[in-house]
Amino acid sequence: MAFNATINAILRHCRFLNSANSTLHLTNNTRCFSHASSPSPSQSFKANDKDPHSAPSSLKDNELAKFAAISDTWWDSEGPFKPLHLMNPTRLAFIRSTLCRHFKRDPYSTRPFEGLKIVDVGCGGGILSEPLARLGATVTGVDAVEKNIKIAQLHADLDPTTSTIEYCCTTAEKLVEEGRTFDAVMALEVIEHVANPEEFCKSLAALTNPDGATVISTINRSMRAYATAIVAAEYILHWLPKGTHQWSTFLTPEELAMILHRTGINVS
Amino acid sequence: MNRLVKKTVSNLFALKIPSRSICTGAVNVPASTVPEILNENEKKENNTISSNSVQQYDIAIVGGGMVGMALASFLAIMPMTKQLSVATIDSNPALSGSMSIKKEDPPDPRVSTVTPATISFLQDAGAWKYVWDYTGLGYARYNARDVNKDFLGCVAENKVLHSALLSCIKDSDFKNTIYPLRLNSMTLNRSSMSVVEENMSSRESSPAQGQCAKLQLSDGSSIYAKLVVGADGGKSRVRELAGFKTTGWNYSQNAIICTVEHPSENRCAWQRFLPTGPIALLPIGDNFSNIVWTMSPTESNQRKSITEEEFLKDVNSALDYGYGSRPTSSLSGTRDVFSWFKMGTTVSANESFEIPPKITKLASQRMVFPLSLRHANSYASKRVVLIGDAAHTVHPLAGQGVNLGFGDAYSLSRVIAEGIALGTDIGEVNLLKKYEAERKPANIAMMAVLESFQKAYSVDFGPFNILRAAAFHGANYIPPLKRSIISYASGEQNFPIFL
Repeated sequence: MAFNATINAILRHCRFLNSANSTLHLTNNTRCFSHASSPSPSQSFKANDKDPHSAPSSLKDNELAKFAAISDTWWDSEGPFKPLHLMNPTRLAFIRSTLCRHFKRDPYSTRPFEGLKIVDVGCGGGILSEPLARLGATVTGVDAVEKNIKIAQLHADLDPTTSTIEYCCTTAEKLVEEGRTFDAVMALEVIEHVANPEEFCKSLAALTNPDGATVISTINRSMRAYATAIVAAEYILHWLPKGTHQWSTFLTPEELAMILHRTGINVS
Repeated sequence: MNRLVKKTVSNLFALKIPSRSICTGAVNVPASTVPEILNENEKKENNTISSNSVQQYDIAIVGGGMVGMALASFLAIMPMTKQLSVATIDSNPALSGSMSIKKEDPPDPRVSTVTPATISFLQDAGAWKYVWDYTGLGYARYNARDVNKDFLGCVAENKVLHSALLSCIKDSDFKNTIYPLRLNSMTLNRSSMSVVEENMSSRESSPAQGQCAKLQLSDGSSIYAKLVVGADGGKSRVRELAGFKTTGWNYSQNAIICTVEHPSENRCAWQRFLPTGPIALLPIGDNFSNIVWTMSPTESNQRKSITEEEFLKDVNSALDYGYGSRPTSSLSGTRDVFSWFKMGTTVSANESFEIPPKITKLASQRMVFPLSLRHANSYASKRVVLIGDAAHTVHPLAGQGVNLGFGDAYSLSRVIAEGIALGTDIGEVNLLKKYEAERKPANIAMMAVLESFQKAYSVDFGPFNILRAAAFHGANYIPPLKRSIISYASGEQNFPIFL
């Protein structure tokens, strides 16, 4: 299956932490990857008997538990999710400009994503999903942690514009099984928490329409990131609970690009 | 020795090019806080508010004075914000009807000096052209050759500025619903999680309003808004209801304002710092000028009640008489000291002293306002933000009060536009804090400068007076300093970096 999805991989702009991640902009040659690294069913969908929710197990149980513990604090902008709240305007600005360019939308419109179907994989409390809905998109938010989805749903119902968001407690792999596809797939700050990044990227690719867009963000595996995102954020400033991130699960831009290439996605 | 002391006690300077000492009337209080008998049952014809239907707006502007309406007109012209629905809550009848401003009437005593920065905001919003339309000469320009500008500012009647802003909004498609009522109380949901928990337990019938602020109006009706803007003046009800703490003190001074007439045209703004307080004369056009005279409360009550003739005599003597002879344009020796600046000397420093015009007639009633300094400790909290006098009240001695308010309105409108571009909830406190971070330092800096001016001129002590006079002359004769002062007063730079 030839995928012609263009991907914009961004590595996290930790404005406040100054992690050294430059936006990855490889030349976009619109190389059509006709090579089918189409995921063979047996590979991607490993059965996981333990957790019925994450039948395809690109997720780690301990990661789920970590997030379930602090899910009540999603919308507390001074709580454990403070870095995400602070980062939100920056990544929304990036998403807005990139998607407007990709889908040829008017950047001065107040609802430039009108008519676009977007899925927010690992939506958490909906910090990204809600602004996307306000910008006009038809948003589906998925997260493997049940509590997160509950919180997200309740918060979104407070505002008529965001109450249209469809929240599901499920995983990317399951969505692929259901055969759903979207114009844009967002996986921001998720891939460092998955067990198998490659499988995860394959699912993301499968969820994206041809000529759609996939946006991934994560923390670079660099010394600077170690110093800022782990030592400073978790141990010194206590912005995040200890153990939120593991340096070994971080990906460098090159590694991520390689993974994505293998799934048949153009990186730009 | 007495003569020297007397001479320096009052510093009179003719401002061909006025620097910071432009005095406005105590006109920074929007009309809505002036006590009036209100017709609370009066409703706008087009607005059918039934008690059952829920009126929901994006923004509720409480206080439809100059600054509140400036915010509305800035929002009206920006592409990101012009689709917002706005409710203006103000019982001032000027908002509901169209008050015609006749050119033949003498100018209203309530005027403001508007800086070029403010004028450019109003021009961008498309409101400045209405100021010209309304009144042939409801404004007066100052010369500003020192900074190579066309003008340093304008004096305009408040009602003219207000009507201009209203017309600008009316002419656009902006949805602005006016509620001629007062705000009784407000319900704000402090944390969204508490609302969520409430909803979970009580199954509220209209959860969609759960996130919004609920405003209860004086006729018993309620409206909901995502963001409440407090633009309701120095005695802000919004500020009180939202629990913002303030710092400040009352000056033991009142200001008398009135319009006066003089035989010939005046194109100059004057301010004389008397021991009891400054008196300012601001040209409004034709043969009219506006007087703003600051003095103690007992004096102001007395001066309000005396006859017109006696009052005019007092005014004229305050402007010109007593405290030594008129200043010459250079003190002995000063010229030598500063002569090496001669190349770059400002034009105004070379001009000789001009005598203020003699006032012949009182053209309006005398109004008295108490003066105070007040500053809200923070401008923003969840779903509530303060602009204008609700956030800061200053001494009128430099004509900056309403200009700070216009600066607030401009900054807030930009911040809201940015928020909408990124799909943010406009009542979110992180967004509103951006506005606060932009305006608070600038406002505080200006307040500090004005306060030091006020304090400096209220001291009457020989050696200090000499120091003050020396500083004053320095400011007049050192060109870079003078230019910097003018630039700051014009609103071109936000911070007084000459200090």
